[in-house]
Amino acid sequence: MSGLRFGLKTLLRDSRTGELGVLLAAIVVAVTAMTAVGFFTDRVGGAIRTQASAVLAGDLDLSSTDPIPAEFMSDARTRGLDAAELMTFPTMALAGDNNSLALIKAVSAGYPLRGEILVSPQMFGEAERAEGIPAPGEAWAEPGLLARLNADVGATLMVGSASVVVTQVLDYQPGQGVGGFSQLAAGLLVNIADVPAFDVVRPGSRITYRQIFAGKPDVVDDWRAELRTRVGKSVRIRGLEDAGEQITAAIDRAQRFLTLASLVTVILAAVATAMAARRYALRHLDTIALMKSLGATQGFILVSTLFQLGLVIVFTALLGTLLGYGAQSVLVGLGASILKVDLPPASWFAGALGLLTAATITVGFALPHLLKLKDTPPMRVLRHDLPPPRLDTGLSYGIAILALLFMIGAIVQDLLMLGLIAGGLIIVAATAVAGGWFLVWVLTRFRGAAGVSWRYGLANISRRGSESVVQIVAFALSLMVLLLLTLVRSDLLNEWQRTVPEDAPNYFLINIEPEQWPGIRDFFEAEIGKAPDYLPFLRGRVTRIKGQAVDDIKFPNPRAENFAKREGNLTWRSALPATNEIREGEWWASANQGEIEASLEVGIARDLGIAVGDTLGFNVGGEDVDVRVTSLRFVEWDSMQPNFFVMLSPGLTEELPQTYIASVFIPPEKRRILSDFVREFPGVTLLDLEVILSQVRMIIERASMAVQYVFLFTLLAGVTVLLAAIQVTKDERRFESAILHTLGAGRRMIMQGLAVEFTALGTLAGLLAAFGATAVGWVVAEQAFELDYALNPWIWLVGCLAGAVIVGVCGSLATRGAVNEPPVAVLRDG
Amino acid sequence: MQDIVLRTEALSKKVSSPEGSLTILDDVHIAVESGESVALVGPSGAGKTTLLALLAGLDRPSHGHVWLCGEDLTALDEDGRARLRGDRVGFVFQSFHLVPSLTALENVMLPLELTGADGAKARATEALTSMGLGERLGHYPNQLSGGEKQRVAISRAFITKPQVLFADEPTGNLDTATGERVASLLFDLNKEFQTTLVLVTHDRELAARCDRVIELASGKVVS
Repeated sequence: MSGLRFGLKTLLRDSRTGELGVLLAAIVVAVTAMTAVGFFTDRVGGAIRTQASAVLAGDLDLSSTDPIPAEFMSDARTRGLDAAELMTFPTMALAGDNNSLALIKAVSAGYPLRGEILVSPQMFGEAERAEGIPAPGEAWAEPGLLARLNADVGATLMVGSASVVVTQVLDYQPGQGVGGFSQLAAGLLVNIADVPAFDVVRPGSRITYRQIFAGKPDVVDDWRAELRTRVGKSVRIRGLEDAGEQITAAIDRAQRFLTLASLVTVILAAVATAMAARRYALRHLDTIALMKSLGATQGFILVSTLFQLGLVIVFTALLGTLLGYGAQSVLVGLGASILKVDLPPASWFAGALGLLTAATITVGFALPHLLKLKDTPPMRVLRHDLPPPRLDTGLSYGIAILALLFMIGAIVQDLLMLGLIAGGLIIVAATAVAGGWFLVWVLTRFRGAAGVSWRYGLANISRRGSESVVQIVAFALSLMVLLLLTLVRSDLLNEWQRTVPEDAPNYFLINIEPEQWPGIRDFFEAEIGKAPDYLPFLRGRVTRIKGQAVDDIKFPNPRAENFAKREGNLTWRSALPATNEIREGEWWASANQGEIEASLEVGIARDLGIAVGDTLGFNVGGEDVDVRVTSLRFVEWDSMQPNFFVMLSPGLTEELPQTYIASVFIPPEKRRILSDFVREFPGVTLLDLEVILSQVRMIIERASMAVQYVFLFTLLAGVTVLLAAIQVTKDERRFESAILHTLGAGRRMIMQGLAVEFTALGTLAGLLAAFGATAVGWVVAEQAFELDYALNPWIWLVGCLAGAVIVGVCGSLATRGAVNEPPVAVLRDG
Repeated sequence: MQDIVLRTEALSKKVSSPEGSLTILDDVHIAVESGESVALVGPSGAGKTTLLALLAGLDRPSHGHVWLCGEDLTALDEDGRARLRGDRVGFVFQSFHLVPSLTALENVMLPLELTGADGAKARATEALTSMGLGERLGHYPNQLSGGEKQRVAISRAFITKPQVLFADEPTGNLDTATGERVASLLFDLNKEFQTTLVLVTHDRELAARCDRVIELASGKVVS
C-alpha cells in the first residue's frame, strides 16, 4: 500500500466516522466566512466604486481644451465600452432683458454613463431622476441660473446665435461641486447637437472637450493604458481614483472597515484549525505507531500525511468557497432592500481567496501538528501512555505566525495596518497566555473553596494547565472579535459618522467681492440667525519651485503636475482650521509683514519634494509673489469644510486680488431664501453641496451597512469556531465522565462541574477580550482611521458576562453528550 | 544446534523519572533459536513488555545490543528497523491493533503492501478464509467481535511468513474459550510456518505451551 492510498483511505474513513469533522469544519467555516466576506466585500466594493464613478459620470474621463479625436469614441465602443462626449464652456445666456454668465454643458446621448441627473419640474421642487438628456432645442437649467435670469421652466434662453427652451430645473448632475470651485457660473445642460447652431466655438473661446467611458474594470484599465500612448500632452486623463479627494477618502475608509471584517475571520480560523489539528494528530498516534511496527517508514507516514493535508485543502477550499458564495448570496438578498444598490457580480479573486485561505491556514496551523505524526515512537503500540512527540514550539508558532502575517498582508496590503494588527495580536496573545497561566495558578488555590462540583470544575482547568491556557486564549480571541464587532464597531461607526456632522455646510458662496461681504453677512444673520463662515479666495498658478521654473521641472506623478501647472485655489488665514493638523514646521504666529509664509498639504508637498524652508513662486491675478513654506499640514478632506492645498499667511497677501468664499448651513425648510439671495447678490455663485453631501453621507451609510452585514457573518463564524474549540476536549471529557459515573457521581454533579469550568474559563476570557478589544479598538481608531476613540466601560461588563454566558452555555451544551453516554460503553472502548 | 535468530548482549534500559534514573532492564543476555517458542513471564513491572519492544526494535536500549535475524538493531536507524520488521517480523497485540480505517482484508494485506510483495489481495483473502473469516473480508474492525479481530490480527502477523513473531498478551482481552482457540491457532501456525515465537503473558498455562519460559523480575532474567 502506498502512502498516498493509505492517506486517502484513512482520510475517507475518518470523514465517515466524524473523526475528521472538527478539523474539516474549522477550516470550512474559515473558508466560508472568508469567501463570503470576500465575495460580498468585493461586490460591495465594486458598488461603492460605481458610486464614485457616478461623480465622474463614467469610469474614465478625457478632457482637453482642444477637440479630442472622435475615433476614440468608436474605438472604445469596439472594445465593448460605453462612451459619451461633452463640451463645456462659459457663455452669456439671455432671457428677455436679463442676462447671466452660464456654464453650458453640451452632452451626447448616453450621458451620464455612471450616476444620474436629477431634475424637477419647477424651482426647488421635488427632484427626480431624469430619463435621457435634453432633446435638441431644449435645455435643463440650474436654479441659480434661472434665478439670475428671473426665468422659470418654459422660458426661452438665447445662447449665442440660437435659442433653447428650458424644460426642466437641473437639481443635480454628475461631477457637480467636485474638483474644486472652478465652476463659477450656474449650469445649463443642452444637447451636443445644438452646439454648432450656438456658433460660439471660436478661437479663444474657453471650451473644454470631454469624452467619458465606462465598462468592465479590466477593459477600462486596458483602454486607459492605451489612451496614455495615444493622447497628446494637452489631454488630461482622469480615472476613478482622481474623482475627487472627498469621495476617495470615503472609499478608503469603507475599504478599511471591510478589510477589518475579513481579518477577524482569519484569526478565528487560525485558532480553531490549530486546536482541531492537534486533536486530530493526538488521535492518530496509535495508528501511526502500529503502521511503524508493521514496517512503515517515516517517509511513508510523511507522504501519507502531506497527501491528506493536500486533500483537506482542496476539499475545504471547494466546499467553503461554495458555501461562502451561497452565504453571500443570502446576505445580498437580505441586504438588497436596505443597501438599495445593485451589486455587481463577484470576481474570481474572492474565489481564489478560498483556496489561499484553506492552504495558508492548513499549512500554517495544521501542518506542524500533523508533521509530528511521523515521529510517533513505534513503542507506543505497546505503551499507550507514552507522551506524543514533542512539537517544536518555536518552529510551529513561527510557521503559524508567518502564515497569519502572509494572510493578513494579502488582505490589507498596507504595511502600517499589518504592523498594527500584528502588534495587537502579539500583545493580546501574550497577555492572554499570561492571564491564562495566572488563572490556573490562582484556581489551584481555590479548589477547596466550595463543593465537589466546584472542585471538579476548577480541577479540570488547573490539571489541564497548558490546554486550559490554549482554550482561554482561543475564547479570549473569539470574544475579543465579538466585542470588536459589536461595541467597538458601533463606537467607531458613530465616531466616523460624526466626522460628517448633520449641520455641515450645505452651500458654498463663491465669487464674493470683499465689499459685498457685509451685505451678505447681514442677509444670513437676518434669515437664518447666523453669519456664514468665510475665507479669502485667491486663484493662483505656481511659477517657481525652489527657484526653478515650473516648466523646467519633471514631475513624478500626474497629481503633482496638475497641481503645479494648473491654476489653483489659495487662501490666507490667521488661525489653523480645526480640520487641519500641522505635521512639520510651525503655523505662523501673526501676520508677517516682511514676507508671505505658506503652509502646504503634506501629500502634495511630498509629491513635489517640497520641505519646510523651501520657496515657491505664485502668479496671483497677474501679480508675481514669492512665498516661503513654513509648515506642512494634514488635511481631513472629508470634513466637508473648504480645504486647501496651499494656505498663506495674512499681511501682504491681503493686498493681492481676491474674492471671498463662504460656507453656510441652510436648513431644508429655509431653502426658499436662496431665490431672494440670488436676486439680491446676482454676482455671487451659489454652490449647492446638499446633493454632494447627501451623496457622501449615502456612501458612508451604505458602507456602514455593508460592514454591519459583513461583521454579522463574522460574528456567526466566531461562535462556530468557539464551539469547534470546545469540541477539542470532548474525548477526554467523555472518559472522565464515565469514570466519575462509575465512582457514583450523578449527572447533575458532573454537569455542574462542567458549568463551573466553562463559566470560569469564559469569565477570564471575557476579561482578557475586553482588554484586547479596548486596546485594539483604540489603536485602530487612532492610527488607522484617525478617529478619536473614547473608552467604553460597557466592554468590560459585557465582555465578562458574554464570556461567562457564551462559553458557559456553549461549553456545557457541547459536552453534555459526553456526560450522557453510558459509562460501560466508554470504558470498554478505552 | 539451530540458528540463533534473536540474541541480546548486556541489554539495559533506563528511563528518567522525577525520582531520578529508573532501571527497567538490567544486563539481559538471552538467545532464541529459530523455530523456538519462548514465553516471557514475570510480575507487572518486571520489564517483559520493554524487553519485547527492544527485541522487536520498537525501542532503543540504553546499553547493550540486540541482534535480530543477524542484524544489529542498535546499528540501524528507525526506518532501517521498520524495514527489518516489515520483512522479518510479525506482531500480535493484546488489544488487536487493527487499523480502524481499513477492512479486515486490507489490514491483512497491509504488511505485504508495505514491503511491496506481489499478490497481496489473493494471499490475504486465502489467509482470512482459512481462518474462517471468508465472510468478513470487507468488514471494518469495529464490525468484528473480539475473537474475530484477533484472528484477523494473527492472519496479518503470519501473512509475510515472518521469521519471528512477537505476541504481547495475545489472549489477554479474550474470554477463556476464545482465548484458548486463538492460542491454539497461534501455536499451530507457529509450527506450520516454522516461526520463532516470543510471547509476553501472565497466563501460566499459555507460557507452559512454549518450548522455553524466561522469567523476569525487576528487570533481570531470573530463570
